[in-house]
Amino acid sequence: MSAIEIRDLRKAFGTLEVLRGIDLSVETGEVVCVIGPSGSGKSTLLRCVNLLEEPSGGSVHVDGVEVTDPDCDIDAVRRRIGMVFQQFNLFGHLRVRENLTIAQRRVLRRSRAEAERIAAENLHRVGLAEKADAYPAQLSGGQQQRVAIARALAMDPRLMLFDEPTSALDPELVGEVLAVMRSLAAEGMTMLVVTHEMSFAREVASRVVFMDDGTVVESGPPEEVFGSPREARTREFLHRVLEPTRVSEAEIGVHTPFPSRRS
Amino acid sequence: MADPETLATGADGRPAPLPAPPRRRLGRRQRQRLWRLAGYLVFTLVLLSVVAAADWDRLADSFLRLDIAGEMFPGAITVALRNTIVYTLLAFAFGLVLGLVLALMRLSSVGPYRWFATGYIELFRGLPALLVLFMVGYGVPLAFPDREIPGGVYGAVTVGLGATAAAYMAETIRAGIQAVPRGQLEAARTLGMSHARAMVSIVLPQAFRIVIPPLTNEIILLTKDTSLAYVLGVTATTIELTKFAGDALNTRVNPTPLVVAGLLYLAITLPLSQLVRWLERRAAKER
Ligand SMILES: Nc1ncnc2c1ncn2[C@@H]1O[C@H](COP(=O)(O)OP(=O)(O)OP(=O)(O)O)[C@@H](O)[C@H]1O
Ligand SMILES: [Mg+2]
Repeated sequence: MSAIEIRDLRKAFGTLEVLRGIDLSVETGEVVCVIGPSGSGKSTLLRCVNLLEEPSGGSVHVDGVEVTDPDCDIDAVRRRIGMVFQQFNLFGHLRVRENLTIAQRRVLRRSRAEAERIAAENLHRVGLAEKADAYPAQLSGGQQQRVAIARALAMDPRLMLFDEPTSALDPELVGEVLAVMRSLAAEGMTMLVVTHEMSFAREVASRVVFMDDGTVVESGPPEEVFGSPREARTREFLHRVLEPTRVSEAEIGVHTPFPSRRS
Repeated sequence: MADPETLATGADGRPAPLPAPPRRRLGRRQRQRLWRLAGYLVFTLVLLSVVAAADWDRLADSFLRLDIAGEMFPGAITVALRNTIVYTLLAFAFGLVLGLVLALMRLSSVGPYRWFATGYIELFRGLPALLVLFMVGYGVPLAFPDREIPGGVYGAVTVGLGATAAAYMAETIRAGIQAVPRGQLEAARTLGMSHARAMVSIVLPQAFRIVIPPLTNEIILLTKDTSLAYVLGVTATTIELTKFAGDALNTRVNPTPLVVAGLLYLAITLPLSQLVRWLERRAAKER
């Protein structure tokens, strides 16, 4: 049984078709990285897995439970799916410790002592044990994102979704978050990661999925997708992402306004 | 010698942006200073002439009769001020609860809830508080003689002023809820919280932080609106500040009681508006 099984998933916002028939499965213990241009539907795909967006068609199974079934207890399914957002979304009015305990206590009905013990364990896991009493606003972006990961882990999720977890971070803070994710992957956590960090995908992913325009264009082991992409669209995307300074004016249709100055 | 134009610098040593037009003698800064000085001068003259024209003995005799002021105590505080505060708090509590319910209804995905809330808010924002008080105090009892609002005048003021305050507070609270980033609700739902649980534990606490300053303002408005309670025919025990001062004005034929009442209102409202300012400054810092 796959951890995530997505079949012919479709999603439209009004007349805008964002996902046009996605088939994708993630096996238990796999780390699948989704890459693709902005607006290609990566976030929407992730948000359909835990029903933050209501799919317009197709089916999604998580651990064998069909989340797209209208009678599914979505709150119960979400407890098993950790999610990490680009904007961290820590609860600003609560201290770090309470960020980690509130759902444990209110949703899982754990005792205060147990919730705090698990919170401490997970803060330790992301290297922030000493920040339990801080408010989110007192932390750096990288620390906030690590707290967000710890908050998700405190619920003992079966799998984790990451939506560009490092895109809102200053470059020097990206590494600490990726390190936490890498160690999670090494522990065998099932992960579906939308990312622009190609080196992370290359190193950690068991599989890379390239999306464009609401479809999966290409997927395979990272060596294949990065090393010898089959599709022209994949090649072009990788060229732009991996060698941004080599993108020529002609390629993107820029016409130099003052050609005389060049001569 | 250097080109004179490159020497034309402003008072702060940076180069003047434009060379001054030839005919004007004064710089922009000097003219500004001159105008400001003229303003101060006129203001001071007006103030002085008012002070000089006033008949100070007469004024003190009318507005500052300490004997009359003294007679108002302790009743002004133990009864009138106390009732003003009680009316304010009751109306505020009623308005806050109803306003919260209305705000949630306005944001509901259920159409009829939204329509009801919108209708209520538009209605009560459009009606004078005095009319609503009349309606609650006399209109409704006339229509339903066999029922009455519990609490007598207290109940009527609570409902009458609270109903209007609820309309304003509903809009304030709604804006506060909408100011909480959507990601907060999503993160809470992702952790398995129900919509209601996420609202109570995550969204509302943050929304209330945002709306504390405007809600405090609403208390100030309500404090002043309690002066309308007199239309309900208050008695010696339910009397509030304005009516208390008005009665004293009638018996002593002297306006000093009004000054006393005014000072007592300010004793409530000035600290509150200082509090609002402090809360707003603190909120601005947290951003
Ligand atoms: N709630 C919404 N309502 C309307 N359109 C939406 C909504 N959410 C997303 N879209 C549109 O769907 C398309 C795909 O959005 P999505 O966020 O999934 O892209 P993405 O691949 O995650 O891009 P990025 O890399 O910029 O995050 C975009 O054109 C976006 O404007
Ligand atoms: Mg996205």
